Amino acid sequence: MAPFTSRLVSTLRGLALPLVALALLLIFNALWTPGFFHVEVQNGRLYGTPIDILNHGSKVGILALGMTLVIATGGVDLSVGAVMAIAGAVAAQSVAAGHGPAAAIMLAALVGLVCGLWNGLLVTLLKLQPIVATLVLMVTGRGIAQLITGGLIITFDDPVLAAVGNASLLALPIPVIMLTAFLAALALLTRSTAVGLFLESVGESAPAARLAGVPVLPIMLMAYALCGLCASASGLIEASYIRAADANNAGISLELDAILAVVIGGTALTGGRFSLLGSVVGALFIQTLTKTLLMQNVDTNIAPAPKALVVLAVCLLYSPIMRQRLMAAWQRRGERSPA
Amino acid sequence: MKAGLGSIPIIATAAVLLSAMLYGAAAYPNFASFGVARNLLVDNAVLGVAAVGATFVILAGGIDLSIGSVMAFTSILIARLIEKSGVHPLAAFSIALAAGTLFGFAQGSLIRIFRLPAFLVTLAGMFLARGAAFWVHPESLGIVHEFVAGTLNTQLTFRLPLGPRGVSIPLTVDIFIMSVLGAGYILRCTRAGRAVYAIGDDEHAAQLMGIAVGKVRAGVYAVSGFFSALAGVVLVLYQQSGNPASCTGYELDAIAAVVIGGTLLRGGVGSIYGTVMGVLILGLIQTLLSFHAQTHAATGGGLSSWWTRIAIGGLMLLFVVIQRLVERLAGKSR
Repeated sequence: MAPFTSRLVSTLRGLALPLVALALLLIFNALWTPGFFHVEVQNGRLYGTPIDILNHGSKVGILALGMTLVIATGGVDLSVGAVMAIAGAVAAQSVAAGHGPAAAIMLAALVGLVCGLWNGLLVTLLKLQPIVATLVLMVTGRGIAQLITGGLIITFDDPVLAAVGNASLLALPIPVIMLTAFLAALALLTRSTAVGLFLESVGESAPAARLAGVPVLPIMLMAYALCGLCASASGLIEASYIRAADANNAGISLELDAILAVVIGGTALTGGRFSLLGSVVGALFIQTLTKTLLMQNVDTNIAPAPKALVVLAVCLLYSPIMRQRLMAAWQRRGERSPA
Repeated sequence: MKAGLGSIPIIATAAVLLSAMLYGAAAYPNFASFGVARNLLVDNAVLGVAAVGATFVILAGGIDLSIGSVMAFTSILIARLIEKSGVHPLAAFSIALAAGTLFGFAQGSLIRIFRLPAFLVTLAGMFLARGAAFWVHPESLGIVHEFVAGTLNTQLTFRLPLGPRGVSIPLTVDIFIMSVLGAGYILRCTRAGRAVYAIGDDEHAAQLMGIAVGKVRAGVYAVSGFFSALAGVVLVLYQQSGNPASCTGYELDAIAAVVIGGTLLRGGVGSIYGTVMGVLILGLIQTLLSFHAQTHAATGGGLSSWWTRIAIGGLMLLFVVIQRLVERLAGKSR
């Protein structure tokens, strides 16, 4: 029991900053946003702002989970928004072509994996910088999605696909269940096997990892492929919300939310140590922030500005140089006033 | 890197540009005309000016994702200052240029002082500038000021006696050309310009040479901010309006133009003239697609607009791969 408790404590300590940030935001809402915590049950489903945040935060959370793996290897994936659009387009078209929902979901997942693998191959075999490698798919992806939909918004009324974003299980929206499943699966993969250690060693130093016998190439390919898979799941959820695949607008600028969620969650962009749970908390923080701004009647178009400021502030708090300066200032204060 | 190998990407750029032109001339009878060439310049002056700024950042080994948002911000700022606050257009332009430069400088300082990753800071900058643009004015705002429509856009347009009807060159194209020449001079002939190359090539070596790495690092973002704001000015002149929602994704086009123009994304190798060719290639893709659409409109078999994105992405990939091959060759020959 003792090692478990100590592990729990160290996990919570790593999560301190995102949790405190989230708590501050919730306290702000409790004081100044009327009706923020109001939740009611209708037809066996929960309704209310917190549920909304959980629902949409799950979409960002799943995206952030995949992104965490890539960032842990020292990379980044800018193409996840475009992959979401492609996955939604593929699912909608395959249902429209008369295939069942299971086939549509499988196909979307497969396409996500392939997109991720493509990014991974560019990064590993061609040794492109991850920003550049994934920029190619970011630019091209939306074009491909439009190619699949023929430039139209493809609507679908398949009950199973529509349920992904709109139905509930055990009173919780399906995306929340999906997020939990993804988190559990990835946590199992990275923490119960050596994969997590391998990811961190690749992120710390790929050459050193290679010399230590870590299978660098498969590990990196896996990270990008899983990121693509997560993106396709988010893409399905987003398409399901509106029962349509909109190649132009699906997942737009969500790559930013996902990256920010990961950073706020405490995973350094330079790679190495990562926290899956942190990314989920980060995603919930981002979604709560978005919702708070909305409920404070900040125009949706202006909302990105305060969001950017908060994110910059958090990043500054994480930067080693800022920490050094704060520590130095703290110590100087201690010296001056011996308590 | 050997000089000979380093010029392979730009030779490839010239080859792509030339073949795109030749293909157009061969496939469409009206393509090889002064009018098409003029439109190519006029329609791509905005992107061209933005890409000049992006070239500085990328040469120094950085990346600026805030370009499109800063353009939108300056365009709506200018429109609001002129139309709502009664500021003279020239003063409005100056304020916008100063704001853009300051914004870029702030981003560069964050990157320099706190060693935050450039893409993260400029990503936040992209959000910030976009939000600020909507805060300045929530929707598109037309400019009816006499000085803009009359003096700048009409009197300062001059006619070249080319072709049967002459070719009119608006002020926007002049700004584009001056930007390119100015940037070319700075990058090639000044100490600061050479420092940008040195840092992009090998930051450590540049430091040992006594170059103020940090200052140049931060400075390129200020330069990029300035050119983004200038692109905003060109946009205002081109459309005679400001729009907070405009230019989404322009940073990607600017980066693509720089990469297709043969500048190594790793930094250190490339030129502003390559970027101009990159901009023209992106413009030609659009032109060719519109010619294609016109010719095939009757049969309904025109290529659709999304092929532009796919073509740009494909070209980018091609050039990035060429860059890798060149670097590998250079590494072996060392």
